Amino acid sequence: MEEKKKCDCQGKKDLFLEKLFKEYLPEKDNLIQMLNEVQEHYGYVPMHIQKELSEFLNVPMAEIYGVVTFYSRFSLEPQGKYKISVCLGTACFVKGSQKIMDRLVDRLKIKEGETTKDGLFTIEQTRCVGACGLAPVFTVNGEVYGKASVQKLDQVLDELIEKEKQAK
Amino acid sequence: MKTLEELHKISEEKRKELDLRVNTKADTREKHILVCHGTGCTSSKSPEILENFRKILKEKNIENVRVIKTGCFGLCAKGPIVIIRPEDTFYANVKPEDCEEIIETHIVKGELVQRLLCKDIDGKVVNSLDELNFYKKQKRIALKNCGMINPEDIDEYLAFDGYKALEKVLTSMKPEEVIDVVTKSGLRGRGGAGFPTGKKWELTKANEADQKYVVCNADEGDPGAFMDRSILEGDPHSVLEAMEIAGYTIGANKGFIYVRAEYPIAVKRLEIAINQAREYGILGKNIFGTGFDFDIEIRLGAGAFVCGEETALLESIEGKRGQPRVKPPYPAASGLWGKPTLINNVETYANIAQIILKGSSWYSSIGTEKSKGTKVFALGGNVNNIGLVEVPMGTTLREIIYDIGGGIPNGRDFKAAQTGGPSGGCIPKQHLDTPIDYESLKEIGSMMGSGGLIVMDDTKCMVSLAKFYLEFTVSESCGKCTPCRIGTKRMLEILEKLCNGEGEESDIYRLETLAKNIQKASICGLGQSAPNPVISTLNYFREEFKEHAIDKACRTQECKALAKIGIDEEKCKGCGLCQKHCPVDAIKGEGRDKRRIDPNLCIKCGTCIATCPFHAIS
Repeated sequence: MEEKKKCDCQGKKDLFLEKLFKEYLPEKDNLIQMLNEVQEHYGYVPMHIQKELSEFLNVPMAEIYGVVTFYSRFSLEPQGKYKISVCLGTACFVKGSQKIMDRLVDRLKIKEGETTKDGLFTIEQTRCVGACGLAPVFTVNGEVYGKASVQKLDQVLDELIEKEKQAK
Repeated sequence: MKTLEELHKISEEKRKELDLRVNTKADTREKHILVCHGTGCTSSKSPEILENFRKILKEKNIENVRVIKTGCFGLCAKGPIVIIRPEDTFYANVKPEDCEEIIETHIVKGELVQRLLCKDIDGKVVNSLDELNFYKKQKRIALKNCGMINPEDIDEYLAFDGYKALEKVLTSMKPEEVIDVVTKSGLRGRGGAGFPTGKKWELTKANEADQKYVVCNADEGDPGAFMDRSILEGDPHSVLEAMEIAGYTIGANKGFIYVRAEYPIAVKRLEIAINQAREYGILGKNIFGTGFDFDIEIRLGAGAFVCGEETALLESIEGKRGQPRVKPPYPAASGLWGKPTLINNVETYANIAQIILKGSSWYSSIGTEKSKGTKVFALGGNVNNIGLVEVPMGTTLREIIYDIGGGIPNGRDFKAAQTGGPSGGCIPKQHLDTPIDYESLKEIGSMMGSGGLIVMDDTKCMVSLAKFYLEFTVSESCGKCTPCRIGTKRMLEILEKLCNGEGEESDIYRLETLAKNIQKASICGLGQSAPNPVISTLNYFREEFKEHAIDKACRTQECKALAKIGIDEEKCKGCGLCQKHCPVDAIKGEGRDKRRIDPNLCIKCGTCIATCPFHAIS
């Protein structure tokens, strides 16, 4: 597990951070915008980046950690290669998206918000991606699968697992 | 930078060019192929469709045909949607491989592609948009440009009176006059609470300060609602224009749009719109040479429902945890960084320019006595025409669900409609004919909310629906005040007990007491309204709660722990279809044997019920 928490910067300021610090003024109200970019870039918000941000913005580390844990978009753990989000917004829920979620949890043997040990899959629930016309939907790394069903999920999962086997 | 004269010229020329969009009899050899690029259609490959059209047109050397990306047409259930103008032909569920045929048959030969024409609920094939029942009872004000213009081209916005209201305000109106028009129009906040917009502007204007702010609340967190997203995606300039008008009126020169990061397309189009407006000198310094400065910045949310609450939103813009502040002081007195701040919702802003141009009496002639104008609803759930509808206030639920929405699919019965999301309530059958406005919805235990309207058929369990909403509020409660943080959690536990067959009758009483206390004692709107879904379902569907608590039964079989699935031996023909589809191999039997379910393996997913062609499983 420790292995995964490291990123490729080896503790030094990487190019991404340098660019980020040039792009934003060291003002406190930029924190969430910067965290959004960090999350986008690394797939999570590593602890040492939080420290860098704390120095750059002159905001206590505790406060940064507080913000990171408050908003659901930020995660402290690395995410799986495939992030599968099942929409549990009302429109999808009414059309049975909970069954899809149950199936996913059942098949991957992890809970919502967790990542499989092989680092391949992360399960997330999301509240409305706005594609209610296609309900129920789930997304894999942002790509929307509409009018979904347990069967469709199985099919997508099987394909991904097969693809990874081939790659090995 | 463009002068007013230059802008007028662009507007006039573009208007002529776009005449065929609004005039089906336009005398032109040109054709516009409009491809919907709202989130729904984009998810079902509309960008590929657009590319395909362009590629084929180029290959075939066809001129006089333009392919345009537009915002949402509203009828998401039929997406991806392609409309060809001026003849206004409506093609539904188009696939990328259909482009060839559309161009070959429609554009080259001038004939309709029959198989792709949209069918109405009654099965009637319609040739054009206006013939669809879905559009007949709608009145589009906030959505006026959605699906009509290319949201990434400011010229197209200018062509349809874009920025004319801003020009009118800056060159000929005093701030007091603007407030007067907005007040008299009767416009009320479309974010849910319905506070009179003119009053809000007046209050913010009255507070003297060296710096004021205008904020647009685009943190549309209500699950199942996508009105604001569609406006931002389809007509972003209308929001910018209104924010500038608001800025001039209250005396602010800086605006923020707080938008969900989950809406990447909306964010991108907003960025494009802001850049184009800056390039034209419509945003920035000395706008239209009047000396008025105004600029707008986008701030991304990071996934917290509570940030839709105005003071939590302000905290979040300031870079903090989105925890609501105690009111008063209201943002009009002390908002962003302690300065007077005007916050309105996207849909509210989308009405402003037209109110300025057409006048307050035009707007106030639409709607009911206390609720003026129109309201956009995101119609979803168990209804045929899922999509975005804009209707005059006072339209009844029945009209929206049956006339516009085309009724309930699969021949099921209507059970309830839910408005207002996690803060609203359920509306049962007996109130279907209530005219919708702020007051009437409140009277029957729900609320307008931001406009999510979810229809449920008789297969839905109301106890588990209440549980669903409580799960939502529990996970989204910010934790600042105890009634909301702990109270909602306790309510959820009781509901879970009921759904798992472990409840007792006194639980219902406990639920009610808790609900009332949380309503009274929470700091912000999220907590105060969190018990609403429970209270309203208890009100109208008390019987179901009792069944769960006393008889340990769920009439819809949705609560798995209470469900009993069995195969009717008389009806079973031994086809084995259910066995094939069962994900856990819980169905036993071979050949033409009658099948039976092993209750120890069955996870009650319901797949067999849905697959049995003889309806033998229930």
